[in-house]
Amino acid sequence: MRAADLTTAAVLIAGGLLVMWDSLRIGIGWGTDGPRSGFFPFWLGVIMVGACLVIAAKAYRRADRKPFVRRGAIAPVLKVLLPATAFVLSIHWIGLYVATTVYMGFYMRWIGRHSWASVVVMSVAVSVVTFYVFEIWFLVPMPKGPLETYLGY
Amino acid sequence: MGFENLLAGFQVALQPHNLLLAVIGIALGTVVGVLPGLGGANGVAILLPLTFSMQPTSAIILLTSLYWGALFGGAITSILFNIPGEPWSVATTFDGFPMARNGRGGQALTAAFTSSFVGALFAVALITLFAPLLAEVALKFGPPEFFAIQLLTFSSFVGLGGGSPLKSLVSILIGFIMATVGLDIVTGTLRMTFGITDLMKGFDFIVAVIGLFGIGEILLTMEEGLAFRGASAKMRPRVVWDTWRILPRYWRTFLRSCFIGFWMGFKPGGATPASFMSYSFAKRFSKHPETFGQGDIEGVVAPETAAHAAGGASLLPMITLGIPGSPTAAVMLGGLIIWGLQPGPMLFKEKPDFVWGLIASMYTGNVIGVIMVLAFVPLFAAILRVPFAILTPLIVSVCAVGAYSVNSRMIDIWYMLIFGVIGYAFKKLDYPLAPLVLALVLGDLAENALRQSLIMSQGSLLIFLQRPISGAITAVALFFFALPVITPWWRRLRGLPAVAVSPRET
Repeated sequence: MRAADLTTAAVLIAGGLLVMWDSLRIGIGWGTDGPRSGFFPFWLGVIMVGACLVIAAKAYRRADRKPFVRRGAIAPVLKVLLPATAFVLSIHWIGLYVATTVYMGFYMRWIGRHSWASVVVMSVAVSVVTFYVFEIWFLVPMPKGPLETYLGY
Repeated sequence: MGFENLLAGFQVALQPHNLLLAVIGIALGTVVGVLPGLGGANGVAILLPLTFSMQPTSAIILLTSLYWGALFGGAITSILFNIPGEPWSVATTFDGFPMARNGRGGQALTAAFTSSFVGALFAVALITLFAPLLAEVALKFGPPEFFAIQLLTFSSFVGLGGGSPLKSLVSILIGFIMATVGLDIVTGTLRMTFGITDLMKGFDFIVAVIGLFGIGEILLTMEEGLAFRGASAKMRPRVVWDTWRILPRYWRTFLRSCFIGFWMGFKPGGATPASFMSYSFAKRFSKHPETFGQGDIEGVVAPETAAHAAGGASLLPMITLGIPGSPTAAVMLGGLIIWGLQPGPMLFKEKPDFVWGLIASMYTGNVIGVIMVLAFVPLFAAILRVPFAILTPLIVSVCAVGAYSVNSRMIDIWYMLIFGVIGYAFKKLDYPLAPLVLALVLGDLAENALRQSLIMSQGSLLIFLQRPISGAITAVALFFFALPVITPWWRRLRGLPAVAVSPRET
């Protein structure tokens, strides 16, 4: 937990410095009609860097050997995160509806070991329902791929 | 004057399609409240894009009903599964789950729903009375007063939020900084885009809510390992009736919890401390405190009443001042802006039908809600028996749909995923998420108020202390900010032992 705390504080300090640097570029003083654009973010950055330095100092002094993630607990987290990332990536090529079907099907079969029949029914049903609710009923378009083009949407 | 307005509001809220929306909202909200990983804020965020084409009044009725539903749903999982769906239902598990295990689940649920109903109704009644007065006062507010109120909002997270005050402060700053990314509409300058086109439009808080609370929560649930071993509840009309007959005995607890809830709740982040406080007060004043924790019905009544009174009270600053008291209220506030309404005190003057329709719908929504949850508890509880191999991808894809539909931008789905990882890490490291979201929502408003105040004073920060109202508010805010420093010093001075860090809201 200590390492994670220090890393987070370091990342936030770097972020704060970046914010301050960019604010200095656009001006933090008084413009023709009030404070310039960099004024507000600059001071936010200053306070954040200060607060994170104290957090880091406190974390450094504390001997907390508890790991950030318990051994054996990282696998279930990655089992959610990696398929989810693959799902988002695949939306770029095959559109959201097909990606949802594949993702649902893959996850149900791989993690849940459900029967193929329920896998197919469930994953297709979710996509079709989403399609009807968003695309047809509420007219909110989702990213589409070759299949939707082929079907004429 | 308030009474006629309320009647007119009921005419809006009781229109058949608005009643239907309330029913849909409560049903969806309860489902969302029961599901791990989804909660009130998330449900409202995902549903928000679907309301863009609706009438604002109907839209807000749908969303507030969803909010009430989510509050009811949290009680179901706490009592039957010992899983608090929301942080303010933690205290409900103390006595609710033992009751359910001893076969008194039906009684516990009836008590919880009835208490929620009483608490919420109390809060709504006070909103009806006070909202117009507060709005009247707020009409005289200028930019310095609004900035002072924002300061107060965020200072209470730092001073009263529990956990590490410095980390609360950092969360707030992250939210504000993220709000400044993109085009500065006042000067037309691009800020923190570093030449990347995708950053020009900044970060959408709805996407942040979906990622931080939705995806982050699923990752946490997975790490802790899902184990839903629930007690079963048989809800028969007889059980409901018998419980209702004994509940009036606890009128003192009801009344006390209502006041605690409302008082704590209209400040941000108040629902969780309110529920704990109300529980410990009930225990202290009880004639048989030893039964608490073993399945005492009063231990369900107290926290549920307070949590819902607080949940209702958090809507008061949202409709009168345009300052949300909770992440869910923040998402609704974002909705108001998208529907073309200007949140704040002018709303009472310019859109009375909207405001009073909303207030009236809080009454109808709660009545419909308590009837629906009592009638369909087994159905809602069954949701948690759906295998998690189905629930997880379903929740992730629903979140993705919600994130995309806000701006129809693919990058938002990626942001959602990144926010999910951030939410997971922050939650583990005790960086609170609620102030981050609130700061992201209020960032532009806060910056504008600060800018206009400084223009009024020609650059002097003293303006916040010199005007009477803003001076008083700023003083309280500064006191809250200083509280984490003062408290240990004060305790040492009086020779008291240091207190353990209190648990964190959300």
